[in-house]
Amino acid sequence: MSTKEGLRIRLSLTRPDFALQVDLDLPSTGITVLYGASGSGKTSLLRCVAGLERPADALVRVGRDLWHDDARGVYVPTWRRDLGYVFQEASLFEHLSVQENLSYGLNRSRKAGAAQALLRAIELLGIGHLTRRHPGSLSGGERQRVAIARALANQPSLLLLDEPLASLDMARRQEILPWLESMRDELYIPMLYVTHSADEVARLADHLVLLAGGCVKAHGPAQDVLARVDSPVIVGEDAGVLLYGRVLRRDTQWHLSEVGFPGGALWVRDTHLAVGQQVRLRVLARDISITIHETQDTSIQNHLKARVETIVDDVHPSQALVRLRCGESVLLARVTKRAVSALNLSAGKAVWAQIKSVAVIE
Amino acid sequence: MNIPLNHEAWEAIALTLELAASTTMILLVVATPLAWWLSQTQSRWRAPISALATLPLVLPPSVLGFYLLVAMGPQGPLGQLTQALGWGVLSFTFTGLLIGSVIFSLPFAVQPVQHAFESMGQRPMEVAFTLGAGPLDAFFSVALPLARPGLITAAILSFSHTVGEFGVVLMIGGNIPGSTRVVSTQIYGHVEAMEYAQAHWLAGCMLVFSFAVLLALSMMRKRVGRVLP
Repeated sequence: MSTKEGLRIRLSLTRPDFALQVDLDLPSTGITVLYGASGSGKTSLLRCVAGLERPADALVRVGRDLWHDDARGVYVPTWRRDLGYVFQEASLFEHLSVQENLSYGLNRSRKAGAAQALLRAIELLGIGHLTRRHPGSLSGGERQRVAIARALANQPSLLLLDEPLASLDMARRQEILPWLESMRDELYIPMLYVTHSADEVARLADHLVLLAGGCVKAHGPAQDVLARVDSPVIVGEDAGVLLYGRVLRRDTQWHLSEVGFPGGALWVRDTHLAVGQQVRLRVLARDISITIHETQDTSIQNHLKARVETIVDDVHPSQALVRLRCGESVLLARVTKRAVSALNLSAGKAVWAQIKSVAVIE
Repeated sequence: MNIPLNHEAWEAIALTLELAASTTMILLVVATPLAWWLSQTQSRWRAPISALATLPLVLPPSVLGFYLLVAMGPQGPLGQLTQALGWGVLSFTFTGLLIGSVIFSLPFAVQPVQHAFESMGQRPMEVAFTLGAGPLDAFFSVALPLARPGLITAAILSFSHTVGEFGVVLMIGGNIPGSTRVVSTQIYGHVEAMEYAQAHWLAGCMLVFSFAVLLALSMMRKRVGRVLP
């Protein structure tokens, strides 16, 4: 990544009950997820990037655009920053129709082809049938899709999303996630996405920044950060890894697909994926068990040869998190400490990982 | 039926309407930026300015009228200023009355608008900023339209409060026909002179008119309210 291309954020923000200290170099493509508990500073970080909050000593640069540099006395106000912002709650202008909301930014844009960009955003988010309606008559999911399209209409050089799904129920989230995924795949706009949902991290993150207590605890490609055990990013029931793979073949008799990834292959539920298609697999630590010898008389279909890398304590004192090396990939397994002792597991030991279930994402 | 409203009565009615309409228009222009400032600022001047803008609400009209009379009189600071500018002394003139009315009804215009700005929160303005609207643009395209119910309330209250004012008028306006004699002081004059029939007619007209205006405005507000949930 060239330093002139990416996203550079260095800032410190001090509030009476809170301090944020961040120094990040982020890629200029894909979705960067800012993940952390509430109060970790992720929303403040986003607001500082947008200029809605003014940090004390800061450097914010998006590609070649310098937005904030106290060393050089540069501070661009929010309305002159080339960005789109999606707020947590649907924040449509209640006094304007959906169409007027969508074209609000457009009317203030000097960019060529902005009208085309809006049409594409309307199509991408499937809201063409809503334009004559009034915000008050839309469902929560529809409102948020309109808000996203409105932010996209200006073809921003950076899209900021502050927990865009947090105010929605499960069904509405499932309704919007595919739109976000298609945005990631079809638009070349870098996005900063704030969330505290492990599910959204697994589905959307290309790059992951873990925030806690106003500091960056870890950041890097999502796959690497999620597989860390020294400071597990996602603890508890949601701990697990991401694998990027490709569909190798389909078994139509049993409705299964085989997905190859660097280090092995897994049989997953056939969701009408085409052979050759790229997929993301999410394997949770609680769905992996470890055996010393390969067992054939088991209902579990996926067995991978692996090697123990490290073993660390899990949240509960009875459990341990085992990091397994499987070719170029890494798996996390949650087992009891009694099992670690009984199987005499230690770093370097060759084992078999039995994988009970795999979630196929996209 | 012969309505016993003489020339003087019609003159007083016309003057009252003129005063109330002018006061309302001036107040909307003056109170809106003041209300915006009060709703946004974190300045230490906020509390004293806010108290000052609310003062006419609790002050007896005669006290307010007395101070205005002194200030606008030939020896008062305002009077000296207007004389230096060649406008003469404003007490006992329609302009003086208008200034008094604007100050007297200021809290009735500021408070609903300020409340409307405060209840909309920072979010709509922030959204407008992220969509490329500067502060002035965002104020006129977002904050002001969203505060419309508050502005309508402010207009209704300013208008009716001015129609109903009496103490301030008497203090700084005197009771000069065609210039400062409004309906309320006209009625007072009729009662003083024991002309109960005229007082009845004028008071009745005032009652019906006030009721009709308030009814019309509140119906309009309801319709606006339905459009703006």
